[in-house]
Amino acid sequence: MAVVLQAEALGYAYQPGQPVLRDVSLSVAPNAIVFLLGHNGCGKTTLLEILGGIRAPQAGRVLFNGSDIRRIPAHKRAQRVGMVPQMHSPVFAYTVRQVVLMGRTPYLGLFGTPGRQDYDIADEALEQVGLGALRDRPYTDLSGGERQLTLVARGLAQQTDVLLLDEPTAHLDPHNQRSVLETVAELSENRVSFVISSHNPNSALLYAHHVIVMKTGRIVAAGSPSDVLTEDTLSTSYDMPVEVIYSEDRIARAIVPRRNGWRADKTAVKQEQV
Amino acid sequence: MSRGSRRKQAVQRGLYWALLLLPLPVAVYTIGLGRYEIPPGDVAQALYDYAVSSHDPAFEPDIEYNLVTRIRLPRIAAAMLIGTSLAVTGAAFQGIFRNPLVDSNILGVTSGAGFGAALMLLLNAGMVYVQMSAFFFGLLAVMLAFLVSRLYYSAPMLVLTLVGILVGSFFGSLTSLLKYVADPLDTLPAITYWLLGGLTGVTRSDIPALLVVTLSGMVFMWMVRWRLNVLSLGDGEAQALGLNPTRIRLLIIVVSTFMTAMAVSVGGVIGWVGLVIPHAARTLVGPDHQRLIPVSMAMGAVFLLLIDTMSRTLWASEVPLGVFTGIVGVPLLLVILRVNKTGWQ
Repeated sequence: MAVVLQAEALGYAYQPGQPVLRDVSLSVAPNAIVFLLGHNGCGKTTLLEILGGIRAPQAGRVLFNGSDIRRIPAHKRAQRVGMVPQMHSPVFAYTVRQVVLMGRTPYLGLFGTPGRQDYDIADEALEQVGLGALRDRPYTDLSGGERQLTLVARGLAQQTDVLLLDEPTAHLDPHNQRSVLETVAELSENRVSFVISSHNPNSALLYAHHVIVMKTGRIVAAGSPSDVLTEDTLSTSYDMPVEVIYSEDRIARAIVPRRNGWRADKTAVKQEQV
Repeated sequence: MSRGSRRKQAVQRGLYWALLLLPLPVAVYTIGLGRYEIPPGDVAQALYDYAVSSHDPAFEPDIEYNLVTRIRLPRIAAAMLIGTSLAVTGAAFQGIFRNPLVDSNILGVTSGAGFGAALMLLLNAGMVYVQMSAFFFGLLAVMLAFLVSRLYYSAPMLVLTLVGILVGSFFGSLTSLLKYVADPLDTLPAITYWLLGGLTGVTRSDIPALLVVTLSGMVFMWMVRWRLNVLSLGDGEAQALGLNPTRIRLLIIVVSTFMTAMAVSVGGVIGWVGLVIPHAARTLVGPDHQRLIPVSMAMGAVFLLLIDTMSRTLWASEVPLGVFTGIVGVPLLLVILRVNKTGWQ
């Protein structure tokens, strides 16, 4: 199997004796969508930063197409592996187009500025995520979903082989969550591999080719969505009862938490009493 | 693209070039102002002669020529170079510190320079030593801020800002101490006037060093103008986009510190330019450093030139420059913050 990005036995601790990553190994295939699930603080963001080569692992290594990502010069690395950060608000009110244009930085040389071709690539990326009309608006005026899509467009303008997305659908309404993930699905058809950290197992159910579940810095399960997204695995990793709802032909359709003492007919009973 | 947005872009481009060229006519006009007024045409003629005809042995300088080139030109050049330095370093610092409320003073360069100058004035040393000492202590203050901030691990930029403010206050206290022990009839007024800032004493010999440092700094800032955009997003993103934020930021701080120390050593403590001008420029051309950096340079030059012209022409005796920049700059900043909708949040 071809592998674009490979992590070998990664370890990391911000404070000695309190590791946030322990012996994490994974591989990302070309055109794959890989979902990283796990509770808050389980090490997802740290893992993404190490996979992206902007944080050095304390143990193990990350290979991009077979070579150690920390040995690739920064601008070359940024031409191949991109990161889309969690939604943020920059201090200065750059236009949407300027934000996307910044994705061209790795191609600009030491003291260069973007040229016509870079503007064209940025505009094309904006069209791809459906934000062409907002091009000249200040980024800081956009809604959360539009900002997230802008950052995805910036990742596209970077024209990398791998895009690492840190909780791209957090803070988004269902419509915007879907449009971000549909864009991702479309792009993975072409040439880009995605690693996406998320708190929404349902998104993984719908879009992932490969799911990795983490708990306190370790990978507790990895594999295809149907293998990994089970009641047992999810209940253990989130420390709570989880129910997977299957369709008649035994395909998982939804993942929901179980409420304490909840019965399906409870609301119906209440309704009758009213 | 719609016709409306194309027209808007044309207007913006026109404004950008107009702002860049503004220093020229303003300089020619203000050189003519003063006790002895010279019409702009004669000023242009004198400047042309200075550049071209003066190499001709048969050239006979008249009084306008001497006044323009010997007396007023050095001062006007100094005002423009200092204004440019303070404004562009302010814009760069606001970008790298991701904080619209800082200028190149934040790391203590001006306070250090003030102490250096006061020390030499107290010792009755010549102006050359005052300038050299101001320059040296300006650099020393920033170096100190850097070294001390290395002792702490958390949030490097925040610690650097904090330590910079502390180092600045420390040198401020040392300056106060010097003022306290200074002779109230002789050295104390000299120190006080120097700290208020002014270009009264600027001569031709001050210009070459100021010119070299400022021009090299301008070229550097011009080259990093795109990177300032990326740096202003924060370190994590700059790294993800293939930059080494720590290294570029250090370079920018070093260059800015040299520019500011040079400006302060010639003109004394001149506040507010580094804060007001980048905001004004951002209001006019937007936050993109590709335009913000050049426009800040031009507007800084024009601003300080106008302020200096006011300080030397409004009243019979000169009003210190540093006083005027505040009196004009603060209300201006208040207006900008009110008008500005797209500058920063």
